[in-house]
Amino acid sequence: MSRPTPLRGVHEALGATLTDFAGWLMPLRYGSESTEHNAVRQAAGLFDLSHMGEIFVTGPQAGEALDYALVGYLSALEPGRARYTMIVSPSGGVLDDLIVYRLANEEFMVVANASNYPRVAAELTERAKSFDAAVDDRSEQYALVAVQGPRSRAIMGEVTDADLDGLKYYAGLPATVAGREALIARTGYTGEDGFELFVAAADAEPLWAALTEAGAAHGLLPAGLSARDTLRLEAGMPLYGNELSADLTPFDAGLGRVVRFDKPGDFVGRAALEPLKDVPPTRRRVGLVATGRRVPRHGYPVVSEDGAVVGEVTSGAPSQSLGRPIAMAYVDNDLSTGLAVDIRGSREPVDVVDLPFYRRK
Amino acid sequence: MSSIPDDLHYTKEHEWIAGIDDGLTLTVGITAYAAEALGDVVYVQVPEVGATVAAGEAVGEVESTKSVSDIFAPVGGEIVEVNQAVVDDPSLVNSDSYGDGWLFRVRLEGDADDLLSAEEYAALTSGES
Repeated sequence: MSRPTPLRGVHEALGATLTDFAGWLMPLRYGSESTEHNAVRQAAGLFDLSHMGEIFVTGPQAGEALDYALVGYLSALEPGRARYTMIVSPSGGVLDDLIVYRLANEEFMVVANASNYPRVAAELTERAKSFDAAVDDRSEQYALVAVQGPRSRAIMGEVTDADLDGLKYYAGLPATVAGREALIARTGYTGEDGFELFVAAADAEPLWAALTEAGAAHGLLPAGLSARDTLRLEAGMPLYGNELSADLTPFDAGLGRVVRFDKPGDFVGRAALEPLKDVPPTRRRVGLVATGRRVPRHGYPVVSEDGAVVGEVTSGAPSQSLGRPIAMAYVDNDLSTGLAVDIRGSREPVDVVDLPFYRRK
Repeated sequence: MSSIPDDLHYTKEHEWIAGIDDGLTLTVGITAYAAEALGDVVYVQVPEVGATVAAGEAVGEVESTKSVSDIFAPVGGEIVEVNQAVVDDPSLVNSDSYGDGWLFRVRLEGDADDLLSAEEYAALTSGES
């Protein structure tokens, strides 16, 4: 039985197609996912992301505890700023990718993926034990609503007096939005400018209503998980379970830059990851653009000209922005031409391209 | 709720078949119910004209943003026409499932067994939704 978010009634009233995602009952789309995708690229989209986890780490040594628990250098983060980071196992495998907000000197909020946050909360609790810090999983108390797209700044300006122009990318500030307390973060997962709003679960519906009203004149549409997935794929952003897993290190995923060996002290995974930092991985994460119309999908083999399997697709979808199917894949390091994807027994040629596929102007 | 025209026949695989009562050439498409469940259709592969197909055989595929599904021949026979318009513009499957979004025509050989009436198909899909 999937858990509903605080916005379930809204989704049903909007006629959403609901789907189970990581144990949550989530809107897949409200109408056409292509229309929702394009709305985010050209105007704005409104997302319910209440399935994400919010874990608070507080106390005098909250920063040091996170430095030990995660691969990032979180104690160096300025209050009000946010950082993309990861939690890895002692052997260096990625347990989840995270965004950490420093809300105050002694208060951090760790945002984890829906499928992983109970484990992340448990790991953080264990890893923070020897520090003067408390870990509190408040995921149940929070709803998360995102406004994404070129019109998101204008829409937000109609529902809050907060200093939005002073709010940089990857920063967050507490503010009043549509009369309700919220943490406004300038983050997102679509490749567009946008805002993520953390509010009390009970405030989710009125906030959604206020944003819907403010956004009407700006072309704002509610957007579901299907559009979210094609947007993040175009933006080249990894998805846990597709591009990231416990079998891969941050280096394997081409995200070794998030591992901060320059921070003081030991951290979980350091011993396993340090020897890898200068070793070229055998495979690399690349973008693929199909020359035909069939879509390379998660798990499909990438093959070379002689038919040998040289990689695997991790995510694939038709791209609205490129007008062709796109995919991310792990491919043997020395290969970049003559590749194809085995699409249900048929060899479909692909071009290897740099990520991201789409970059906002 | 998508409509289910009374004058068509259906399969459990969410195809519709027109012309059972008119003669030997049947038109095949996928139902509005299936099109809605798939989402935006982005690619359609139809069988080749002249191919002989058996009932239940996979003869093509329909691909949406999120998934790909086989198209099955609802009856056995020879493919006599395919809808190039839907190949060129797969969104016709979504916008006009029972009209311009038809997929292929097959000249029936043998019997058309195991097809569902509109009423039976409605019962099937109400159980799934």
